[in-house]
Amino acid sequence: MNHDVIIVGAGIVGAACAAECARAGLKVLVLERGTIGGGTTAAGMGHIVVMDDSEAQFALSSFSRRLWHELAPQLPADVEFDACGTLWVAADEEEMAEVYRKQKFYSDRGVRVEVLDAEGVRRWEPNLRPNMAGGLRVPDDAVLYPPCAARFLLEQAARDGAELRTGVEVVELLPSGGVLLRDGTRLSADRSVSATGPWSPALTPGLPVRKRKGHLVITDRYPDYVRHQIVELGYLKSAHSMGKDSVAFNIQPRKTGQMLIGSSRQFDVEDTAIDPGILDRMLRRAAEYLPTVLRLSAIRAWTGHRAATPDKLPIIGPSVASERIWLATGHEGLGITTSLGTGRLLADLLLGRKSEIDPEPFKPERFESGKHAVGHEVAAKRAE
Amino acid sequence: MKTYHFEIVIVGAGPAGLAAACAAAESGKRVAVLDDTPWLGGQIWRGEQARPSISQARKWIERFRTTGVTLLDRTSVVAVPRRGLLTAEHPEGPRAIRWQQLILATGARELFLPFPGWTLPGVMGPGGMQSLVKNGWPVAGQRVVVAGSGPLLLAVADGLSKHGARIVSINEQAPFAQVAGFGLTLLAHPSKLWQGIQIKWRLLGIPYRLGVWPVAAEGDTQVRRVTLTNGEKNWTENCDALACGFGLVPNVELALALGCRLQNGFVQVDKWQATTVDDVFCCGEPTGIGGADCALIEGLVAGYAATGQRSRAADLFYKRAHWHHFRERLAKAFALRTEVRQLASDDTILCRCEDVTLARVRRFSGWRDAKLQSRCGMGPCQGRICGAAAKVVLGWEMESVRPPILPARVEALLVLNGNSNGPAASPLSKT
Amino acid sequence: MDESIELRVNGTPVKVPPGTVVAAAVARAGVVKFRTSVLAAPRGPLCGMGICMECRVIINGDAHSRSCQTLCAPGMDVWTT
Repeated sequence: MNHDVIIVGAGIVGAACAAECARAGLKVLVLERGTIGGGTTAAGMGHIVVMDDSEAQFALSSFSRRLWHELAPQLPADVEFDACGTLWVAADEEEMAEVYRKQKFYSDRGVRVEVLDAEGVRRWEPNLRPNMAGGLRVPDDAVLYPPCAARFLLEQAARDGAELRTGVEVVELLPSGGVLLRDGTRLSADRSVSATGPWSPALTPGLPVRKRKGHLVITDRYPDYVRHQIVELGYLKSAHSMGKDSVAFNIQPRKTGQMLIGSSRQFDVEDTAIDPGILDRMLRRAAEYLPTVLRLSAIRAWTGHRAATPDKLPIIGPSVASERIWLATGHEGLGITTSLGTGRLLADLLLGRKSEIDPEPFKPERFESGKHAVGHEVAAKRAE
Repeated sequence: MKTYHFEIVIVGAGPAGLAAACAAAESGKRVAVLDDTPWLGGQIWRGEQARPSISQARKWIERFRTTGVTLLDRTSVVAVPRRGLLTAEHPEGPRAIRWQQLILATGARELFLPFPGWTLPGVMGPGGMQSLVKNGWPVAGQRVVVAGSGPLLLAVADGLSKHGARIVSINEQAPFAQVAGFGLTLLAHPSKLWQGIQIKWRLLGIPYRLGVWPVAAEGDTQVRRVTLTNGEKNWTENCDALACGFGLVPNVELALALGCRLQNGFVQVDKWQATTVDDVFCCGEPTGIGGADCALIEGLVAGYAATGQRSRAADLFYKRAHWHHFRERLAKAFALRTEVRQLASDDTILCRCEDVTLARVRRFSGWRDAKLQSRCGMGPCQGRICGAAAKVVLGWEMESVRPPILPARVEALLVLNGNSNGPAASPLSKT
Repeated sequence: MDESIELRVNGTPVKVPPGTVVAAAVARAGVVKFRTSVLAAPRGPLCGMGICMECRVIINGDAHSRSCQTLCAPGMDVWTT
């Protein structure tokens, strides 16, 4: 075997896996068909957040956020790491109840949060429309620029001996170990790891990962227009629906002073073209919260695909098909945050080390029970 | 959002767009011309609307005015949400413009190549400086060095000196042997020759050097000195402004957004000026840098062809071939020498919006990689300046175009009427 | 020359003739630096035709306005950055 591990995909998840594996002394080769961080990573907003949809999601996101903070002093300026915090805004009393629920959830688990009333929200974010009910401030959340973060992690891996090849397309993960390239070359390795995000079902047929398309818009520089990453609490309602297209208000202040506006989600749309209708809805939603956002100068709109799983948790660990084929995919909209935790978990599992968090909820075999596959086409087809 | 319906929509009110409008109007169809600026005539004829000095420009602007074609000025195209629809930005709010046939006459911009000091205030494109001077930019008494490449250098020096500038020197990078051949070509194009002679007479006594190019500009808060070279020795000239551009590059962004195929960087058209996308025509500089005369003929052909007046269009093929020949000679005469592609040093800024140096960009494998990793081309010019330069300096091709086609207010990206709950417009890819 | 339009550039009144673009009014006010670049260098207009974005100024409170494409109007309030 030439390599201990071949990692397919140089997005942020593949890069984090490479950094952890190389640091642990494994001989790592990373293969990327395009450019570093040019796929889903380039379409990520770059938030580093703790989330509370499930205990497992909280465990992975809070663990990962801690790893990012540990890494922060080493991050070069172009990664644009900025601990601006998240502000979850509540538009009404119903959403305010969610603020208190989240406050309890996070506080019980040691995450610093602060409940803001209407006046508190207005003081922090005067450009928000004036009649907000309140919000929850999560001061230790952060944002960064994902493509450069991926490159930084790969540079770290390289320092620990990892090798990167770009412009190389893998067409098959070999059950005997290693990979088959588009040009017919076989590269052998003890293990292969698919970190191919929304494209992972092509290499692992039947994997319950769906493409979820998202739109983003970035503006020119307007320093301090908003100070936190702001997310509407209605987000939870729309984000939870797997079925239909949805939009939610989400804006980020970039370290450059630019404003990054999201978000939209559309399932099973293959193309990456801008969908003017959904873009329209997304921007109107943003303007409901930030009326003056319509006056800002937009520089660019773009889209990308994220890898969605039925239970909104990533898939990390050995595949069901072969002990030699491993997976690190399905991170949906949280991949930038959870990349570091994923890399650590994957290395722990590969090396038989004990993990800081329970790896079981993320293991691929959870889909074998069929429990999560209900209503999911791909998984259902596989079960036939 | 204010909505317009036209049968024929022409983007660009320069020579090509005006000619296309005049030809299309003869069909009796409803025609509109859009332009970014508050003026008619495009960059080349800027100022002719207010104070005419070029008889050709006056003639066409007057002819355009008699056609009854609608002019939508200060209207900047933002996106093509779907076939038959353009969205645009206007100072008074977003616009939706419906069309059946579209004629692109989006013109060209100057090619700027990086060299040490090119980002200093006072270093401008010759055409850009000329445009600003026509709209009140104070140039009287200023010492101006003109440099770069192309026939525009002479015309600009002439224009600036008429506004009271003191032209220090005019420096053309192309060697004498290359341009001399073009001089002979002029004999076959009498109107061009006459223009050339007139300009030369007025610029008498000002050095017009061939085979000379700038290597550095210096100054603290603005340009004060320019170092020039002929490849053997360098010398420095004092100035208050440096007008420097290395020819023209076509504005093909809208064509790309529509899905039109390019060929060698220009929009591919057939004999009817039709692009590879149905009902989309293109004329003037985006199909090849040929100057105003060439653009006028192509504009007429496009205007006639788009409105079913094919025999009138065909009558112009012979004339057009003549100008296409001129276009080829022009490209050869002012082809860029290798040295001007290598003027930037490692610490020279390539991307002016994001202040990214050439050394940082050069590490990457191509435009997309460099863009993602270094922010090069990620600023508000959307890579129009550094992307064109990177193509010449590094041989990189730019990727596809995404809306907004030019930076625009966020509201200009909206496509539905504010009070409408109707279904979303279908994406272009589905039509 | 008819200098009938009065506007303010960085707070200073400037009179210009009709048809003058804001960039020209800024230059007439003696201002050389239109904007400060990301690395704090001075910048002024380059292309003169609305695409290079080097001439961006604040016009009537709107940041990132292209001064080379905007005609001066009476009472306009222009700030360079």
